[in-house]
Amino acid sequence: MASITASTPSAPPRAKSRALRWGRILGRELTTVAITIFGLLLVTFLIARVMPIDPVLAMVGDRAPADVYDKARLELGLDKPLWEQFAIYVGKVFRGDLGTSVLTAQKVTDDIKTVFPATLELATLGTLIGVVLGVPLGILAAVNQGRWIDQVARVIGLVGYSIPVFWLGLMGLLLFYAKLGWVAGPGRLSIAYQDFVTPVTGLVMLDAAMQGEWEAVVDAFWHLILPASVLGLLSVAYISRMTRSFMITELQQQYVVAARVKGLSEWRVVCGHALRNAFVPLVTVIALSYMHLLEGSVLTETIFAWPGLGRYLTNALLNADMNAVLGGTLVVGAVFIGVNLFSDILGRLADPRAR
Amino acid sequence: MNASSDQILLALDDLRVDFHTPTGIVNAVRGLSFTLGRERLGIVGESGSGKSMTSRAILDLIPHPGVVTAKRMEFRGQDLTAMDKGSRRKLRGRHISMVMQDPKFSLNPVQTVGDQIAEAYRVHHKASAREAKERSLAMLEAVQIREPARVYGLYPHEVSGGMGQRVMIAMMLIAEPDILIADEPTSALDVTVQLQILKILDDLVTSRGMGLIFISHDLHLVKSFCDRVIVMYGGKAMETLPASELDRAQHPYTRGLLGCLPDLDHPRDKLATLTRDPAWLA
Repeated sequence: MASITASTPSAPPRAKSRALRWGRILGRELTTVAITIFGLLLVTFLIARVMPIDPVLAMVGDRAPADVYDKARLELGLDKPLWEQFAIYVGKVFRGDLGTSVLTAQKVTDDIKTVFPATLELATLGTLIGVVLGVPLGILAAVNQGRWIDQVARVIGLVGYSIPVFWLGLMGLLLFYAKLGWVAGPGRLSIAYQDFVTPVTGLVMLDAAMQGEWEAVVDAFWHLILPASVLGLLSVAYISRMTRSFMITELQQQYVVAARVKGLSEWRVVCGHALRNAFVPLVTVIALSYMHLLEGSVLTETIFAWPGLGRYLTNALLNADMNAVLGGTLVVGAVFIGVNLFSDILGRLADPRAR
Repeated sequence: MNASSDQILLALDDLRVDFHTPTGIVNAVRGLSFTLGRERLGIVGESGSGKSMTSRAILDLIPHPGVVTAKRMEFRGQDLTAMDKGSRRKLRGRHISMVMQDPKFSLNPVQTVGDQIAEAYRVHHKASAREAKERSLAMLEAVQIREPARVYGLYPHEVSGGMGQRVMIAMMLIAEPDILIADEPTSALDVTVQLQILKILDDLVTSRGMGLIFISHDLHLVKSFCDRVIVMYGGKAMETLPASELDRAQHPYTRGLLGCLPDLDHPRDKLATLTRDPAWLA
């Protein structure tokens, strides 16, 4: 009669097999990461060799005599076979040596240590705004599909997506900084506070808070809020549209009807059941949006005089500063891989079928 | 629960479900009337005959833009048409519940089956998490699951179809409703498992003295399982008759449906084709 006389696995083997499965999953993920990083290194290295820029010439200048040129070429190791150069390059990268920037005459790693936190700050707050506003907006739109609130959400999505950020940034500065004076102007910190905060993490607000400079924290926040909102609107547009579509898919599922039959409140049905399922693909979308902002948004950073990665990379590119370009690319790539890995693991945790 | 079998749980008079779509009004149910006591009432009909819409209307789960109207719609003397959404919701699960077709889709994939059962109990009863779990384990046992403690922690994709449907029954009966609607509860299951599930359903419904609305398109099943049968076509009841008299049905539509059934003892070269008379819907 009953067909459920299946073997009774006692607790320990079950726990063990679960640990084993997780170990295998983690192993697979890490292998993928290793291969991707190798590919990234190879591509950046080859770009440096393929680009029609002579690194020796960039160092010594075009008026250097032939023997100086040759000496520099030897010092750079450019006479060695390509695979050996690659090995040296990889070794250097793993020792944290990305070379020296021609433009700033500083180590690229030091440059990135100062510009990346600025971008990190902006991207994190932008994504936070995107999630905090975009997810509820998307849910509301899905629940009220076709009604006015859905239309409002659609307009916000369309506007957020299609208004160019440079225009929005300028208008924001004009309105909220120049006219209304609600927010601070360009830059990360007012000049008055600049000497109060010594960079430790490079995240101005965190540094200021650690040093107890609360006025500087507030000042940094008012500098950050406008550019972060501009990026946030883009994020809100993307995340709310995706949330809406995921939620509509989930709300049509039979288990949602079952949850309603049980007599659950609409809130429990939508947030407890549908959203928990929509969360799985949503993690990927949020991670993608975050990564997009972490690349550094050149336009926003330029308009707000924000010393971030996007601006640094663009400057380096325009000045043929190869070490800086490659170093920056490497960092962006590594961040992509990291965020991707994190969102993969989070997605697996949220979905028992993928565990 | 020794209520007399003629006690009326649900009374419907002229139930209508209309969908106002941009291309016109679609009448899913057009004037259905019946009463349900503590009995097993079967509703049969083709796809699109309004069987499922009737059950959704009773539960107040007709999706937008559907509109439900009725001259009378009463649950144990309470007027359902006059009730607000919140009161209708409180009836769901606690007083009127429904077992759905396919457990693969009607259980939430990211929640353990045990939690889903316990949740159904806790919506309607003030109970600690521990008490709800104990109740759920007892309920799993009642649907003849042998290792309730183990199954409690499984996710829906880890249980078989038959076990999933038992879980579904446990979930929908844990709050001890008066009426259970079973909307094709065995259509998605293997034939061998179907009878087990029906037996469990029958035992629970009978022992608890509940009213059962059994929706199906399987005439044989309804005949052997139900007390009374309503035959629906195009959103209307063609005829209502005791299940035992289904073979002697008079209505041409019911006769037509019966004529389409293959019979092992009397094989025919060609099965009859169903002819539908527009006059039935007038």
